[in-house]
Amino acid sequence: MTPVEIEKIFRDEAGRALSTLIRLVGDFDLAEDALQDAVAVALERWPTTGLPANPRAWLVNVGRNKAIDRVRRSIAFRGKREALTHELLLNASAPCDDDNGMLEDDMLRLIFTCCHPSFAAEVQVALTLRTVCGLTTAEVARGFLVSEDAMAQRLLRAKQKIRLAGIPYEVPDRDALAPRLNGVLAVVYLVFTEGYAATSGEDLMRPDLVREAIRLARLLDALISGRGEIKGLLALMLLHDSRRAGRTTAGGDIVLLEEQDRTLWDRAQISEGLLLVEEALRMPGRPQSYAVQAAIAALHARAPSYEDTDWRQIVGLYEVLLRISPSPVIELNHAAAVAMVDGPARALDLVNALEARGGLKGYELLPAVRADLLRRLGRRDAAREAYLKATAATQLEPLRRYYARRIAEMDRN
Amino acid sequence: MQYLLLIYRNEAEQAKMDASELQKLTAEYRAFTQSIIQSGNFKAGDALQMTATATTVRVRDGKMLTTDGPFAETREQLGGYYLIEAKDLDEALGIAARIPTAKMGSIEVRPIMVYD
Repeated sequence: MTPVEIEKIFRDEAGRALSTLIRLVGDFDLAEDALQDAVAVALERWPTTGLPANPRAWLVNVGRNKAIDRVRRSIAFRGKREALTHELLLNASAPCDDDNGMLEDDMLRLIFTCCHPSFAAEVQVALTLRTVCGLTTAEVARGFLVSEDAMAQRLLRAKQKIRLAGIPYEVPDRDALAPRLNGVLAVVYLVFTEGYAATSGEDLMRPDLVREAIRLARLLDALISGRGEIKGLLALMLLHDSRRAGRTTAGGDIVLLEEQDRTLWDRAQISEGLLLVEEALRMPGRPQSYAVQAAIAALHARAPSYEDTDWRQIVGLYEVLLRISPSPVIELNHAAAVAMVDGPARALDLVNALEARGGLKGYELLPAVRADLLRRLGRRDAAREAYLKATAATQLEPLRRYYARRIAEMDRN
Repeated sequence: MQYLLLIYRNEAEQAKMDASELQKLTAEYRAFTQSIIQSGNFKAGDALQMTATATTVRVRDGKMLTTDGPFAETREQLGGYYLIEAKDLDEALGIAARIPTAKMGSIEVRPIMVYD
């Protein structure tokens, strides 16, 4: 076994092993420490003994013993909290059930705890990435543009809140499930969007975050059956991500949808996404926002070229979206699609009206959409001004280079 | 676990309520309190007089200083509390959401510290 292979196994199994350990030992911090102990033992042994038959069960069993050791040591040192620790020892020494249903529920328990609505959205994302996805604190910190120390503090406070405020380690019951699941999906989508188009920095994309978001959605789809919103979100992410190879040049420059080489798109991922969209839209009840967004992505994925895209249907789907979850961002996307059906002048009217209502103040893509429409209308000076505004509004280097390229093109012609 | 539910609302707005609105609110509180007594969650609970009646005390260098009014001027003021027993935060949040003032003000849910 090479260290790289072992690393991959830890990555795949850490979240699940941790989720079971938390249930067995009843404490987040103790479970994390115990899992780290178990990982250290694995790193020592596995290269020579080879991989155990069931690595997750191995990590849970060794971790559980390490937790018992840790508690015994702390009893010896402090001689207090006896009643509590007794209970813990009893729980922890109960045989590790191989009941798969129970183990699957552990993972859901962990996800719902990390995405508890009593945490700020940012904290939910950070906790999920750290504990469910097993990213290091440094990797999580990078996504939030904070130092590793600051992120470690934030995670520590969150874990303290779990314990001190009595946040339950359970899957919400039937009545509470739908709203809580929406919260979980919002976290998954936040992880995805940050990975799909980073808010700042040198790189447009962070494929690690995209991969984690898709992995989480797959997991949720497997653990909670028959939920259209999960299938819709998974489809949406798969379809967006299928274009990854076409979205940047080798040098890291942005390639917009209209200029992308569609042969670079991931066909297998598109087929999977298309199937899921169908499934999500067939579910009983009103269409869900994620599924409709995925349906729009599906039309792009199926189109042979930018021009030969079913823009009329895309405009219609945006109108459906505006009815089920109205937002200024969707209005802006709707306007951009209208430009392809009714022309840029009509779209510019919509964007101007939207801007006048003040709903998109500070939204960094607003000047970019305006600039693009003005350019297509041949209004060069106004377009240049809008591209400069768009440049000032973003902290993402590839986007800045793209706007500069557009300005240079206009100056040449 | 025990939680303190701190009830905040805008005093000035509450003062504008007419007699029938006040009567309705009082009845809602009576029904709510009764329900959490029956469910075994209730430990204690009281309403507070207006912040105009508050005095804030500090001791500095051994000297007691008093100021007229509440500790901090805020948009919403502390107007009452419940001390409850709940199995976990979800149960506590569910009870907090049923406090009549939750519809116009805010309820801060604070776990009680346990020394062990």
